Amino acid sequence: MEHIVIIGNGISGVTAARHIRKLSDKKITLVSAETDYFFSRTALMYVFMGHMKFEHTQPYENWFWEKNKIELKKGFVHTIETKHNILYFDNGETLKYDKLIIATGSKPNKFGWPGQDLKGVLGMYHKQDLESLETYAPNNKVCQRAVIVGGGLIGIELAEMLHSRHIPVTFLVREASFWNGVLPQEESAIINREILSNGIDLRLSTNLKEIISDEIGQVKSVIIEETGEEIHCNMLGLTAGVSPNINFIRDSEIETGKGVKVNRFLETNISNIYAIGDCAEQHVAIGSRRPIEAVWYTGRMMGETVAQTICGNRLEYKPGHWFNSAKFMDIEYQTYGWVWAQPKEHEKRFYWEHKSGKKCIHISYDKNTHEFIGINTFGIRMRHDFFDRMLSKKQTIEYVLAHLCDANFDPEFYKLHEQEIVGKFNYENSTSIHLKKRSWKRIFKTN
Amino acid sequence: MKYLQNIGLALFLLGLTIFTSLIILGNYKLTPVVLDKVVKNKAIKSELFIEIVNNKIVNETFNEPFSFSAEIISAMEVANNAHKQNSEWNKIIWDKPNSFTYVFVKQAGQGIVKENKRLFWWLTFGLGILGALLYIIPNVIVKGPPGVKNNGIWFNAATNRGWIGWFVFVFLVGFYLLLYFCPNYIVNWTYLVDPISELLSGNLASQWFLYGFLYCVVMSVMALRMYIKYRHNKYQILRTSSVLFFQIVFAFLIPEILVRFEKPWYDFKNAFPLDYDFFFSWNLDQLIASGGLGLFILVWGILLTLIIVPVMVYFFGKRWYCSWVCGCGGLAETLGDPYRHLSDKSLKVWKIERWMVHGVLIAALIMTGFTLYSYFSGVATVLGIKVQTIQDIYGFLIGAIFAGVIGTGFYPIFGNRVWCRFGCPLAAYLGIVQRFKSRFRITTNGGQCISCGNCSTYCEQGIDVRAYAQKGENIVRASCVGCGICSAVCPRGVLKLENGPEKGRINSTEILLGNDINLMDLVNQK
Repeated sequence: MEHIVIIGNGISGVTAARHIRKLSDKKITLVSAETDYFFSRTALMYVFMGHMKFEHTQPYENWFWEKNKIELKKGFVHTIETKHNILYFDNGETLKYDKLIIATGSKPNKFGWPGQDLKGVLGMYHKQDLESLETYAPNNKVCQRAVIVGGGLIGIELAEMLHSRHIPVTFLVREASFWNGVLPQEESAIINREILSNGIDLRLSTNLKEIISDEIGQVKSVIIEETGEEIHCNMLGLTAGVSPNINFIRDSEIETGKGVKVNRFLETNISNIYAIGDCAEQHVAIGSRRPIEAVWYTGRMMGETVAQTICGNRLEYKPGHWFNSAKFMDIEYQTYGWVWAQPKEHEKRFYWEHKSGKKCIHISYDKNTHEFIGINTFGIRMRHDFFDRMLSKKQTIEYVLAHLCDANFDPEFYKLHEQEIVGKFNYENSTSIHLKKRSWKRIFKTN
Repeated sequence: MKYLQNIGLALFLLGLTIFTSLIILGNYKLTPVVLDKVVKNKAIKSELFIEIVNNKIVNETFNEPFSFSAEIISAMEVANNAHKQNSEWNKIIWDKPNSFTYVFVKQAGQGIVKENKRLFWWLTFGLGILGALLYIIPNVIVKGPPGVKNNGIWFNAATNRGWIGWFVFVFLVGFYLLLYFCPNYIVNWTYLVDPISELLSGNLASQWFLYGFLYCVVMSVMALRMYIKYRHNKYQILRTSSVLFFQIVFAFLIPEILVRFEKPWYDFKNAFPLDYDFFFSWNLDQLIASGGLGLFILVWGILLTLIIVPVMVYFFGKRWYCSWVCGCGGLAETLGDPYRHLSDKSLKVWKIERWMVHGVLIAALIMTGFTLYSYFSGVATVLGIKVQTIQDIYGFLIGAIFAGVIGTGFYPIFGNRVWCRFGCPLAAYLGIVQRFKSRFRITTNGGQCISCGNCSTYCEQGIDVRAYAQKGENIVRASCVGCGICSAVCPRGVLKLENGPEKGRINSTEILLGNDINLMDLVNQK
């Protein structure tokens, strides 16, 4: 029986294992050094905030793995011996594979700041980070102030986590406005306001220079690059992005760049080795996507795809239209298609913001053909299926706006803003788009 | 703000302590006049019983209700035994000892509480309500801006099965045991609400009036908590208002006013088989004897179960009943909301749930079948079993123990829908309709799920919502009561409760939306 070994029990590895099991009865071993069982990394924040217990972050009950004959092995892979298909673990154990899937995910970036390895300096990625956080910032007595460096999704999550325990937070963001490398300035400004209104000390255009240690080797303060100001803190969160967690592969025969290099079939240069998820790097970026995508659902899709290939149905990895979502404190964000931070040459934008300043939509479309390119929505839930169809059928912005009621995914009885949105577009563009009533028939139409 | 909340908590606990300690207050003295009155009212034919009571109890003063009750019960047992030996069947007192005794205790009670009903209402209900409001209202500011604020729920001993949770559990179970099985010990509580009862129905308050009033008070206060907690979510606000309205108007005011006009006590929204004694002979006889209104209730009750309930479930799912109308659901969604995450999500418990809830439905139907057969045929025994016995067993095990003691008492341990999930026969019936013939589903929004598990954690019915959402499948489950909390707590906007077309409602997906694998290739390869 062919033995498939998967390194990493995150969403990519687990999805691959589940789908291989669905399609075959091959022997499957899932290797992880982090936890015994798969858990949802995105939910770690809710454990710290007391919304959930760690066990709730595990999507499958513990009997699931044995029942589906997926062997779990806890251990840290030290070396991959590609000639003889053997994994060496750091405790001296070995494991032989026929096919290997590398799904080791990411690790937090550190940029060589002086003091970055002090006690109380941590990322927010692994389960172990959560445990350190409980040590260094369990409450506002032990941790009288925390500093976070890095203005991305994990940074704002960490800020929300600490804020939930009433720990004062100073949030250092390199950019002039939060996440403005990804979001247009209007959306970015909404998030700046949201952070500030929660009482978080947001410092924009601010860089970390140095981390100062106390006498027992724990962080005591940080120094700001621009002003030289010293900010005292008991904990420092480094959340300046993530990069592929592949150090143990560097010396092997497997080709690597920033991540493990793969083709569209998620195959590496070694014929029986594949890489999926955050650690995989496409030779050539797919569409407007980045070569490495550290996104939950792309990991899952790669897992689904590689399982087909391994089970004899060699499939190309074809992520569909870009989408994503996040939540910034109390503001939900969804995006479908592309709305770049800066409009491209051929693009035109339409922006509507609710008077509360907490809801908005931002649509990008082609200025000549009016083809719909993408939408950002804040505080309004939208249907993935709807926008996927709009993008596939290359509908115009006029068509999208006329059918906006079909797109709304907010809970029932919520106040709807479509009329106002379409009115604004009509006013700005001297058009006369007529908003159509919601139609179940259109919404649930298959194709 | 925290200070204000602590004062509120202190006042609430003070009110609760006074309320609890009322049980041991007061004296009990049966005068000959009162004895006469009760004998007439209850149509007691046993001279022996009256004689014993006259000799041993009348004009004696008791300091607490327990020994007084014990004396009455002992007199009743002695008299009944004698009558049984002499085959004087018409003289036997058939009532259940504790509820029989209740009338005597209620009449014989004396002392500070009975003399100061209004003052003590304020010292118990008044302080409790005021304290609770002082604790709840500052949360508008304390918990921060509108939004999902479940911070610290699993760290709090009240909500993580900690010592406060167990304390509440013991208190609630104790309360229900007294209410159902020893109403004769809680007459002091009923005195508190006598003025209100007299205002509504003209009668002194029974333990059931007390329970109904307390139910409305608790729901109102905890509904305010819901309004604050979910002030950003209109679905929750409307739903909470709806259950509150149906409880206060339909389950409390209308039935009491009906009694005032000498009509049968009836809750128009309480559908059979949840209303399990609807077809009991005493109820049918009473309805038939009550003229036009009685007949209307009879027809309404049957229509409600056979037509209205399933048709509404077809259009809206069982939520229209379970989390918009039902009284049990109403308490679960207000008082029980802080405990919703304690429901067990394991597959094993789902299996137990299905056997139990459908078992209760079958038991209710069999019992009703026996009841109706006996009603129309006039025989008391069917297939060698006394119908009365079956009714008593069902009433005891399901009506009292399951729905009351376990259903509410276990909130802090097993979550707030224990009864609705494992025991309610109506929920089982609605669930079957919802699963197989309904437009209701929880739609999963394409590939947006990140498997975080908030939905499953906060599902009061113990549905593993995430298991469906992360596969891109809609959630169509018999037990879903459509409370909408999964959708509320989802950080990525993945879930929406909808009544759409039946076609495609259950959508098992091979590959999630977003992954453009050619599905025809997939199918051909298989």
